[in-house]
Amino acid sequence: MLSYIAHRLASTILVMTLVGIFVFLLLHFSAGDPAAIIAGDYATPQQIVAIRQRLGLDDPLLVQFWRWALRVIKGDLGVSIFSNTPVGVLIIQRLEPTLSLALLTMLFAVSIAVSLGVIAAWRVGSLVDRALMGFSVLGFSMPAFVVGYSLIYIFAIELRWLPVQGYRSLADGVGPWILHLILPTVTLGLAYIALIARMTRASMLEVLEEDYIRTAKAKGVTTRTMLMKHALKNAGVPIVTVIGIGVALLIGGVVITETVFNIPGIGRLVVDAISKRDYPIIQGVILLFSGIYVLVNLLVDLSYSLIDPRIRYR
Amino acid sequence: MSVITASATDPISRTFGNRLWRLARRNPTMLLGGAILIFFVAVALLAPLLAGDPMLKVPTRRLLPPSPQFWFGTDHLGQDVFARTVYGARVSLIVGLSVATISVLIGMTIGLMAGYYRWVDAAVMRLMDGLMAIPAILLAIALVALNQGSIGIVVAAIAIPELPRVVRLVRSIVLSVRELPFVEAVIACGARTPRILVLHIMPSTIAPLIVQATYICASAILVEASLSFLGAGVPPETPSWGNMIASSRLYLARAPWTIFCPAIALALVVLAVNLLGDGLRDKLDPRISRRM
Repeated sequence: MLSYIAHRLASTILVMTLVGIFVFLLLHFSAGDPAAIIAGDYATPQQIVAIRQRLGLDDPLLVQFWRWALRVIKGDLGVSIFSNTPVGVLIIQRLEPTLSLALLTMLFAVSIAVSLGVIAAWRVGSLVDRALMGFSVLGFSMPAFVVGYSLIYIFAIELRWLPVQGYRSLADGVGPWILHLILPTVTLGLAYIALIARMTRASMLEVLEEDYIRTAKAKGVTTRTMLMKHALKNAGVPIVTVIGIGVALLIGGVVITETVFNIPGIGRLVVDAISKRDYPIIQGVILLFSGIYVLVNLLVDLSYSLIDPRIRYR
Repeated sequence: MSVITASATDPISRTFGNRLWRLARRNPTMLLGGAILIFFVAVALLAPLLAGDPMLKVPTRRLLPPSPQFWFGTDHLGQDVFARTVYGARVSLIVGLSVATISVLIGMTIGLMAGYYRWVDAAVMRLMDGLMAIPAILLAIALVALNQGSIGIVVAAIAIPELPRVVRLVRSIVLSVRELPFVEAVIACGARTPRILVLHIMPSTIAPLIVQATYICASAILVEASLSFLGAGVPPETPSWGNMIASSRLYLARAPWTIFCPAIALALVVLAVNLLGDGLRDKLDPRISRRM
């Protein structure tokens, strides 16, 4: 087990190094000279040269990468070109809305999706099952912004049940906080629910055919215990895996959902940075999100032996 | 999704009409997906005949509701929403098809090499792990935002994050096929490696790749619209569905048709491609189709 963790940690570090190289090269070879952007439209060539020297943009690529990587490891993601604030500070300022949205969505989506998947597998071929499969195709096909604007139109503009846009901090009370997060959570969660429900159903179907399920039924175990204890626990590994992989879906969705609902989170930060070409912010956010994604999947890998004690690592 | 039955094709029922009818009975969703898709392809091809100028701005006809003259109404710049929706189909379909073709062709080449040559394998798979760790939309946003948006850049930016999935799929098939006796026999006959790869191993990858290509096409259309919506896609004046929704988003309450017409078109096309993919998977790859 210990050597497995060490091995997985090593490969995680390798993957993050590769991500770092990608992100560094991506921004290095992209169009637009950051020095010219910082200097503004009316800068003289001499001013641009001076800025280039100050930022070390004329040094060899490897030197620049090494310098950049050392800073990132120390937790310094650079300074925003426009606001002159450290990117780390900007990210922390915007952490609460994004974290609220993402965690609430995960909680909501996983609980709904797993229950739906279990019911669909239990009553395979039934109306519930077919409705779920139809819904899951729809869930994959509807872009988050289409779902978001439809929900806003129905529940905020026409029915006036919920606020149209915006975010309230948890410090202002749980009520307004949750009220502002209902529509974004549904919007962000739809594709995630579709993904997890499908996998739960598929994995449960496989397990429900096993002999020990028949044995359990024969010895008079209640349906509830049979489904939840005997079947779901054994069907858990693929479900947890897809929950981890789906985090990528969630990260992409956060960017769009925050734009639709005007939530001042990390997603908005990166979208605003695109139009201003604020390189350090884009770099920092991609690194952060990729790091979270890799970390979640590392935890998922390590959780297998907790879910299923038959899995032993060598 | 649907039940797979062994197809006992008797020669009598082989006319086109009969086959279509059988397909419709056995796999109605796939036929529905195909029909919607054909409709949109026709709309995209015949756009100049069906609709007026999508770029024409007439200030006197701003935010008009749908009417016999403007089927989908007009937007805040006085542009015909119907014309823009019709022309938007072109952007979506071009991007979807190009991304699917490019990522499958490049991914297949890399996957074949990685599955066959051990020394390529280690390096390529680590590279793919790194690429997979970056969320696709963010990678695409970064690629487009930093290189002036044009359709070519958008296609490349969407295709690159799709590569790892294709490479992994092809590699896993090559790894299992290369151990089969018929490959051993071909090697024993003295066939050269490129010949073995292309003539004997590649055919096994075609069916799963066709299925994968449809899913990539669907996801590419979604990502393109998302990029345009975020302002990191094709140039903002281009009539694409994502651009239309982005530019109309302040008018959701006053003129919902400016958002919902392109939105419904977008959802319909993606749904159609996904249904087609599910149907193809049931037909071509029955191993996984039973459950998913």
